[in-house]
Amino acid sequence: MAPLEDNRIFSGVYGFFQGTLSAPEWLAYFFGGFAVIMTVVNGFLLIGTIFTWMERRVVGRFQSRLGPNRLGPFGILQAIADAIKLLFKEDIVPRRADRLLFNAAPIVMLAPSLMALAVVPFGAGSYVADLNIGVLYVVAMSGVASLAVLMAGYASNNKLALFGAMRAVAMLLSYEIPLVMTLLGITVLAGSMSLVGIVGAQGIPFLLVAPLGALIFLIAMSAELNRPPFDVTEAESELVAGYITEYSGMKFGIFYLAEFSNVVLAGALFAVLFLDGWNGYFLPSHLWFLLKVFGFLFVASWVRATLPRMRIDQILALAWKYLFPLSLVNLLLLAAETIAWPDPSTAELWLMAAINWVVALAAVPLLAMVGARTPARPRRVGFPQEVR
Amino acid sequence: MTTHSEPTIVNIGPHHPSTHGVFRMRLTMDGENILDVEPVIGYLHRGSEKLAEERNYTQVITLTDRMDYVASMTNNQAYVLSCEALAGVTPTERGMYLRVIGAELQRIVSHLVATGFFLQDLGAFATPLMYSMRERERILDLFEMLCGARITVSYMRIGGVFQDAPAEFWPALRRILDDFPAYIDELEGLITDNEIVTYRTKGVGAISGADAINGSLTGPVLRASGVSWDVRVAAPYDVYDRVTFDVPVGDTGDNYDRYLMRIREIRESLKIVEQCVAQIQPGPVRATNAMLFRPPPGESYVPIEAPKGELGFYLVSDGTIAPYRMHVRAPSLINLTLMKQMLVGWKLADAIVSFGSLDVNMGEVDR
Amino acid sequence: MYGMGIVKGLLVTLKNARRKPFTTQYPEQRLEQAARFRGQEFTWYVDRCTGCASCAKYCPLGIIRIETDPNGGNEQDGGTYRVDTFDIDQARCMYCGLCVEACPYDALHMGSNFEASQARRADLVITKEDLIGREKHPSTWFRPQLSREGYDPFSGQSKDWHEAGRESGEWHPQRPETLPGAGDTRATSDGDYR
Repeated sequence: MAPLEDNRIFSGVYGFFQGTLSAPEWLAYFFGGFAVIMTVVNGFLLIGTIFTWMERRVVGRFQSRLGPNRLGPFGILQAIADAIKLLFKEDIVPRRADRLLFNAAPIVMLAPSLMALAVVPFGAGSYVADLNIGVLYVVAMSGVASLAVLMAGYASNNKLALFGAMRAVAMLLSYEIPLVMTLLGITVLAGSMSLVGIVGAQGIPFLLVAPLGALIFLIAMSAELNRPPFDVTEAESELVAGYITEYSGMKFGIFYLAEFSNVVLAGALFAVLFLDGWNGYFLPSHLWFLLKVFGFLFVASWVRATLPRMRIDQILALAWKYLFPLSLVNLLLLAAETIAWPDPSTAELWLMAAINWVVALAAVPLLAMVGARTPARPRRVGFPQEVR
Repeated sequence: MTTHSEPTIVNIGPHHPSTHGVFRMRLTMDGENILDVEPVIGYLHRGSEKLAEERNYTQVITLTDRMDYVASMTNNQAYVLSCEALAGVTPTERGMYLRVIGAELQRIVSHLVATGFFLQDLGAFATPLMYSMRERERILDLFEMLCGARITVSYMRIGGVFQDAPAEFWPALRRILDDFPAYIDELEGLITDNEIVTYRTKGVGAISGADAINGSLTGPVLRASGVSWDVRVAAPYDVYDRVTFDVPVGDTGDNYDRYLMRIREIRESLKIVEQCVAQIQPGPVRATNAMLFRPPPGESYVPIEAPKGELGFYLVSDGTIAPYRMHVRAPSLINLTLMKQMLVGWKLADAIVSFGSLDVNMGEVDR
Repeated sequence: MYGMGIVKGLLVTLKNARRKPFTTQYPEQRLEQAARFRGQEFTWYVDRCTGCASCAKYCPLGIIRIETDPNGGNEQDGGTYRVDTFDIDQARCMYCGLCVEACPYDALHMGSNFEASQARRADLVITKEDLIGREKHPSTWFRPQLSREGYDPFSGQSKDWHEAGRESGEWHPQRPETLPGAGDTRATSDGDYR
């Protein structure tokens, strides 16, 4: 219970229950923990909701039009209006769908990202738990999302939904590898898996020290989040809506919220791992953290507004033939540097940064020439015969 | 252990966000790869050719607007040229110049629509689409100044156009001619060198020159396959023999080349409009005032270069005020007959994109 | 270098983000319409109409219905009918303007409105009383005399029947030199514009 007692929310509620209400200790503990979790989860989902509004406005400005601006000042109540609309919709389950899987899929989609939130520090000393295997925990939680996608696609009894789900699972699994390699590199560089420890180890932001890692993280995370240019799973122009075609009402609302909240979670991870967490001058640490997250969200919206989508086989080729070798280069480089300078001071970090930038600028085009192309010719036409 | 596989039949149905109208494709697929394509059309059939037999020649102009509804000026032009060939009417000079200005502006509009929706199919989340639509709005404002309507223009009449351009038209046209090349450069900067666009469209859906000629393809689709054939050059009509312009030709006939053809044709159209504005003289805009046009019995077919291909109206007249038979050679319908050859062996995502690059308009296909 | 095209695209989008949005916030703001706009709310001058029903004959959809009474009652003498019913069915009108083109006396003009939606289909039929009672803002479509004088139907100024036709009010069907079409002004250009 030691880390929780430093938490002001917990100790305030705990003290209230134990002192004023003279409740038994387990009850006070329960309510204290509950208060902490409610604050964190609600804050996170609120930022996710704000991001849905922000994306529509930002993408609108990129397209030289206004986004939603009728409801509330600057249209900020649009998200609430969407939620109310979804609540009022009829909840349709297709007749021959697998009801258990169909109903469970949205929950399985949202729950892991909330659980991954437990280790992310939002400000100086402000976190729910500081696991010393924080990075491993986050990776494990984000892997459950592919299960939810497959459940949704399979249980919908819809050929196109299954198409979308298959594509999604292939893509998500392929992009776990470069992502994990990158996180491994960051762990090696920082010397610890705990997210709080990684922020502490950033004398200069790791964006400068490990640019290759940051680039791979951005690309792989976009694929994990089903964001453009990797949004084949919900390619409106092809499959109508992919694995969420058959969902309506609040279940669709949960998928929608989960998708946008995952982007916020990815932004939080990017801020912690690469942008030096909550550190900064003048402003309070929570505000810096929020600014960094919103910077990431702006870049995510910018990329969404600009780039077209890639085809699924090209996405897989990019993961296996380009990002994976690149992440190995990154890992080897960071490991070699950590062996050379085990406990780097700021000057040594700048030296590592210089070496890493040179290697990054060389490796990105060279590997592209070798790796990422799929041959542009049609597959031989003919149907596979029965295999015995 | 035996595994048994079967091809799936996927129906990209008439209700679909990106089939450019009500078009249906039944794809037989092995996983992601396409084995067979069966296009099904007819969902937008309105009986235009039959309706034309009941209306007199000027009323049919309003019908022709609505066939290829994205490019109605060129539909009008093809029909009116065919009527003039029936009776030997010569349009006035100023009328011909205004026709060509309208047709070339309409070509720019149609290619902007085609490019914007092509990129929407590629998944660029409507940004190039919004930019194209924003510029198209300015040209549609010009059309509103000219003839009071933006899309279904009914501007041309037998013997010329029906009314001269108002005073505010020429400065507005001048402003557009000055701003547009910069805008096309910006659109190209967003798209042409984009690695994702080239990655997805180069080499995909290629049609060779010989196949294109055998399949009767026309328009930018044919020129992208390497065949230099443009009706404005081969059989000039109106004032196309008095303006000079290049005819862009591609090499491989893949989706990327077709997109590039349209962008280059926009630039050529701007040149043609410039030359027309320099050459136009004041004068009457319409050769004959007759409301009921009564040509002698006969038949005529005058093809023009519409934005989508070679468009022509085959008219048979029996000496009365209404055509006896009207048949439209719709370029979109003929261009889409080669879909199976273009798509077999590629993936589902390519089917949508290749169809988009053909620039098919269902109003024209089904009439 | 690989990726430069993507970076260029991102910069183009960023440049466009700094431009003013192109949106017109209807209904508080409206687009400017051209003087020739072919709108709803036809403008009809009952004093010029003779009941010839050329507009009804020329309509491709047949939505104009004219019922006339051959017993006169109109101010001009000789050869005009009194129009009892003049219905235009806006539900099927396509605003092509051929009726306006057909009218030999410049009695019918296109209107300039586009917001005349009604809640019931039956209310979409414009009757003779509607047409007479309305404010007259004729569109300059197919009316070169209005276009030449620079009339703008959206300026709020209405046009009397003396001023909206090709000639002033003194004409007579039995005096051919005063008829419209004499001197064939239809086929000339609107002026020496370039």
